[in-house]
Amino acid sequence: MSWAGKILRVNLTAGTVKSEPLNMEWARDYIGSRGLGTKYLVEEVAATVDPLSPDNKIIWATGPLTGTMASTGGRYTVITKGPLTGAIACSNSGGYWGAEFKMAGWDMVIFEGKSPKPVYLYVNDDVAELRDAAHLWGKSVWETEGLLKSSLQDPLTRVSSIGKAGENGVLFAAVVNDLHRAAGRSGVGAVMGSKNLKAIAVRGTKGVGNIRDPKAFMAAVKTAKKVLADNGVTGTGLPAMGTQVLMSVINEVGALPTRNHRDNQFEGAKDIGAEAMATPRKTDGKKQLVTNQACFGCTIACGRISKMDENHFTIVNKPQYRGANGGLEYEAAWALGAANGVNDLEALQYANLLCNEEGIDPITFGATVGAVMELYEMGVLTKEQIGIDAKFGSAQTLAFLAEETIYGRGFGKEIGQGSKRLTAKYGHPELSMSSKGQEFPAYDGRAIQGIGLAYATSNRGGCHLRGYTIASEVLGIPVKTDPLESEGKPELVKAFQDATAAFDSSGLCIFTTFAWGLQDLSPQMQGACDADYTIEELAKIGERIWNMEREFNNRAGFTNKDDSLPARLTSVEGACKTGPAKGKFNELATMLPKYYAARGWDPEGRPTAATKARLGL
Amino acid sequence: MQKMLHINADKCTGCMQCEMACAFENYGTFATAKSRIKVFDFHHTGKKVPYTCTQCDEAWCLHACPVEAIHVDKATGAKVVNESTCVGCKVCTIACPFGTINYVQETGKVQKCDLCGGAPACADACPTGAITFIDANWTGLGKMAQWADKLGNQPSAT
Repeated sequence: MSWAGKILRVNLTAGTVKSEPLNMEWARDYIGSRGLGTKYLVEEVAATVDPLSPDNKIIWATGPLTGTMASTGGRYTVITKGPLTGAIACSNSGGYWGAEFKMAGWDMVIFEGKSPKPVYLYVNDDVAELRDAAHLWGKSVWETEGLLKSSLQDPLTRVSSIGKAGENGVLFAAVVNDLHRAAGRSGVGAVMGSKNLKAIAVRGTKGVGNIRDPKAFMAAVKTAKKVLADNGVTGTGLPAMGTQVLMSVINEVGALPTRNHRDNQFEGAKDIGAEAMATPRKTDGKKQLVTNQACFGCTIACGRISKMDENHFTIVNKPQYRGANGGLEYEAAWALGAANGVNDLEALQYANLLCNEEGIDPITFGATVGAVMELYEMGVLTKEQIGIDAKFGSAQTLAFLAEETIYGRGFGKEIGQGSKRLTAKYGHPELSMSSKGQEFPAYDGRAIQGIGLAYATSNRGGCHLRGYTIASEVLGIPVKTDPLESEGKPELVKAFQDATAAFDSSGLCIFTTFAWGLQDLSPQMQGACDADYTIEELAKIGERIWNMEREFNNRAGFTNKDDSLPARLTSVEGACKTGPAKGKFNELATMLPKYYAARGWDPEGRPTAATKARLGL
Repeated sequence: MQKMLHINADKCTGCMQCEMACAFENYGTFATAKSRIKVFDFHHTGKKVPYTCTQCDEAWCLHACPVEAIHVDKATGAKVVNESTCVGCKVCTIACPFGTINYVQETGKVQKCDLCGGAPACADACPTGAITFIDANWTGLGKMAQWADKLGNQPSAT
């Protein structure tokens, strides 16, 4: 059946760890990972809960294809109510941890309450126990992983943990596994820290063995792997260039938000993209990019492994940053670079390493620094307040503020609250480039209409991964649509959002959808699971999950007014200044009512009774 | 013609498809912990290196076994453990210089790569060509071709 059929329930207040059977009815209806974990959360947690209180819960969930040979089958999702947004938080990560946890014989682990002292959860197949983490508290993600592997005397242990940022309540703290893979967004790491939970160390030797029809599954897996290998994006572009392949593409279409969305093209894009990473540096003659790397089970291998210039000003006398390490992905390179006008690739990689080392989301961090720089240039914030000159384009400032933020020092404490709270505090809430309090990633909602609508309606706040219409609007996958045109985008956004929810719930990576559609997922799901996961059923489940998340947010107090974009993105005054999208702004007001209609929601953005009945909600 | 597993670590991405395929072939379950081929992740260099038994001709494990539980598969050249004979004494695991034969506590026997009877699942699963199953006499053919190309396959000067 491919689900392990068991979950762990950990009460941190009482210090108890219990095994309970997986609710198989929910499993069939919500698949796993994002969908199933969210189902458990919305059933067990009041939507109005304070995210950082003991009453919130936090769930690590795998999918039915996690830990199988289905390509990219190594993913897990961390689900909770998010402290950055107050909305559902649901962050997905690769690496090896998710597969290891599933191979230990568990589908998910639910943490409730709050431990009186720092603890970590140790899982070794059937053995699961809370252990003292006094020696780990105050340590970085990297130190924590090393200390656990050495103290457990097991180099094969996999670790999912928080660094100092999660302990210190940075509202965009990430959960990090395998040194540089992160459940990065919405502050899931802050919730983990609020519960005095430092890490989950896992060793799983049982494996995933209960495939419904092994022969059919292996045949479907082989066919689907070939589709990935033969596709230009997943077979060639991503392994060679990584997601960074997008930097020049997005800049050329005039959709690279620059200097806190003041501009929509970055003159330094060529210095911070895939080509720059693969070009020998003038300083030492070496390339930043060392090699590519796969997550568990992945036949795409888009991950970057990089080495910094040892003489770069950021790492003088800091040997820990000199070796091979997790490299820049596109979103991080954009947020740390273009969003602040910084074109120093080495400084970007340094800030990227700090984000991984202490566990923060580079997108929200970089975007918040962009807002700080704008406030500085306006004269609202001063050098004395920030601790440094904070002009757009300063690599020194980026590196300094990254350090201040991860260590919770000085002005870093204010950056750690995210751009919505920071800009509001200084009287300029309009300068937070966010929706529902979460900062936009690396695509300009003015130059690409559909992605703007996807940002405004994303259930976890500004995010590209909830409906990646860039695939259609820029890359032509599965069909090319005009990025400047808003007509047809409400339906496009809905289709992407629903399919994405199904993929996210399977345990596979959304990057497969550059090559796959539900028609490629379905045979793999059918082979593995005791459920009739046809293409239509998967699409319906995706829509069910989307509406479930929406209803949670509505109960938490969100309304149609929160499906919004900042005025800079929706007004003539903020329109694109250059490039193919010059003069364009996002036509959200036109698209939103059509989106609600396509979704079967009332004008207030609430799923109607008929819609809920149709989806079995 | 005998074939052997040929490993080109430069092509390995660390995806673990080989480990899963090995475990699935031998145990019917996706369990990297049960795999007879292991991928090592050298984080400080970024290198990933798959490693398994090379099927030595004069196999230390075979000679060390006190109950003759390890025999040569004449068709493939693989050194194969006969589980019904193996007593789990682990002497072979000490004798092997490379660490590629290991004890399995769940069965009380040792396990090692047996080339899947001549169609290794790991090589079939590898998406990058880091693990291939090729003519045992000509594992150097690919490298030779590369150098031949470099040295002799240039446009003629005349």
